[in-house]
Amino acid sequence: MFTNHKFIAFETIVVREIRRFTRIWLQTLVPPAMMIGLYFVIFGNLVGRRIGEMGGFQYMEFIVPGLIMMSVIQNSYSNVVSSFFSHKFQHSIEEVLVSPVPNYVILCGFVVGGMARGLGVGAIVTAMSLFFTDLSIQNIPITIAVVLLTSIVFSLAGFINALFANSFDDISIVPTFVLTPLIYLGGVFYSVDLLPPFWKFISALNPIFYMVNTFRYGILGSSDVNVVWSFSILLLFIVILYCCCIFLLRRGTGLRT
Amino acid sequence: MTTAISIKNLGKTYANGLEALKGVSLEIEQGDFFALLGPNGAGKSTIIGVLSTLVNKSSGSVEIFGKNVDTHVYETKLDLGVVPQEVNFSQFEKVRDIVMTQAGYYGMPRALATERCEKYLRKLGLWEKRDERSRSLSGGMKRRLMIARALVHEPRLLILDEPTAGVDIELRRSMWEFLTEINNNGTTIVLTTHYLEEAEQLCRNIAIIDEGKIIENTSMRELLAELDSQTFILDTASKIPENFDIGLECATVRKIDDHSIELVVSGELSINDVFSQFDKLEVKVDGMRNKTNRLEQLFLSKLKGE
Ligand SMILES: Nc1ncnc2c1ncn2[C@@H]1O[C@H](COP(=O)(O)OP(=O)(O)O)[C@@H](O)[C@H]1O
Ligand SMILES: [Mg+2]
Repeated sequence: MFTNHKFIAFETIVVREIRRFTRIWLQTLVPPAMMIGLYFVIFGNLVGRRIGEMGGFQYMEFIVPGLIMMSVIQNSYSNVVSSFFSHKFQHSIEEVLVSPVPNYVILCGFVVGGMARGLGVGAIVTAMSLFFTDLSIQNIPITIAVVLLTSIVFSLAGFINALFANSFDDISIVPTFVLTPLIYLGGVFYSVDLLPPFWKFISALNPIFYMVNTFRYGILGSSDVNVVWSFSILLLFIVILYCCCIFLLRRGTGLRT
Repeated sequence: MTTAISIKNLGKTYANGLEALKGVSLEIEQGDFFALLGPNGAGKSTIIGVLSTLVNKSSGSVEIFGKNVDTHVYETKLDLGVVPQEVNFSQFEKVRDIVMTQAGYYGMPRALATERCEKYLRKLGLWEKRDERSRSLSGGMKRRLMIARALVHEPRLLILDEPTAGVDIELRRSMWEFLTEINNNGTTIVLTTHYLEEAEQLCRNIAIIDEGKIIENTSMRELLAELDSQTFILDTASKIPENFDIGLECATVRKIDDHSIELVVSGELSINDVFSQFDKLEVKVDGMRNKTNRLEQLFLSKLKGE
């Protein structure tokens, strides 16, 4: 029996996750950075100059926080869903299931792995944005807190997706048909002030809208949403998704027959 | 003696309604080398799945070294190493990383993990391959990698699910030697197999399972003692007459064709007696072979419920 065994197991999972996405960096780090780079050039720079101001800022300044957030969301989710499903597919998930690793340690390990990639790509995108605009952060604690919590939410969501997935199709359905529309309609590219009242109301039902705007508030100091309300939503999502994951793990959904 | 595995009334019905285990009870002593024998689909892997928690049981209870697997999860898992039937490591990872990761899951400090990893990779002849990706290994090496991985936390109980299926004869022998060695050092070993020779060579005790039920649970010696008849095929130089009868009480013959017969010898009768009788009858025997493995016959007769 080893003291500290839970922490060592947790560390092992995190290291394995980081090793995986850095090993295949051409699939995991380069494409998202390239895509966001193109957004900077096309929307921020070329189109943005014509648009002028959005929500009281230069269009480029306005979309940078949104695009950073978009990369954090997509990459946190995608890392957990593809890594966990690939372990399921190869049956290597059994290695951890037969070991004395508690469910919450498994979950936390994969979530932190997802955060590592989400925040890693977020950092690359942030660094790239410095070529296009001067980034000065108005409220550092809020900026950091919202990006961390958002990354946790989407890592957890990716985990649930992976538990239910039975095929590689199943791991791309949610990102394509749910995540991407929610991100695009979540105020990454425009301020909801532009929308008619009905669509404004619909936007208010989109959790990503709160995350993007709170992050933008942290950076630019101005936002479409109430910050306290946003953090409450984030925390609520984390609690609900975490409980779902633990429940599904305990039941062995998609893992134990 | 302590009991390594105690299974009581284990039942498993899969989600599709298939009843794979129908009240299995089994006790395996510490230090034993135990064979779980049965045809494909008998439920062997299901039992192992329950022991390793990959299969949720429907009823019954399972104890490992006296501790219930449901309530003492951490302790029972530390005591158990499992080598599954199918490859279940990531094809993209390096040999050493696979073993080191497993050590990490067991909470092993890094220095100890490194030492054990080297020890078992060397023992299983994989040390030279430590930096290769696992997909480049041959089938036999993959199997040995799974054994190294199962041993890295030095469990008191090692369970192997058909460890030598599809492995060539030479490798099979060396694996047998290795398993005998660790059993001699005190590790309890349970293996499933459908090679009877393997069970006969290695195991002290044996259970036969068929259609989710244990139909025999005894020592290898007793099981072999039950064998009281052997079947041979004889090739003869002289032509066998119709209605050929050997005229011995404990032997029967059946003509196959003009130059071959099937001979069943049972009870106390020795082969010598049979041959002196052939001399008397002036039947010249050219060759003789065992019709089937003796154990195989017994096994088949058990399965048929004779
Ligand atoms: N996940 C599963 N779902 C449904 N049936 C299964 C599953 N796994 C095994 N079975 C069935 O359970 C029975 C026992 O299988 P198994 O334990 O693998 O047998 P063995 O290892 O002795 O060959 C077989 O009929 C098999 O088809
Ligand atoms: Mg099997």
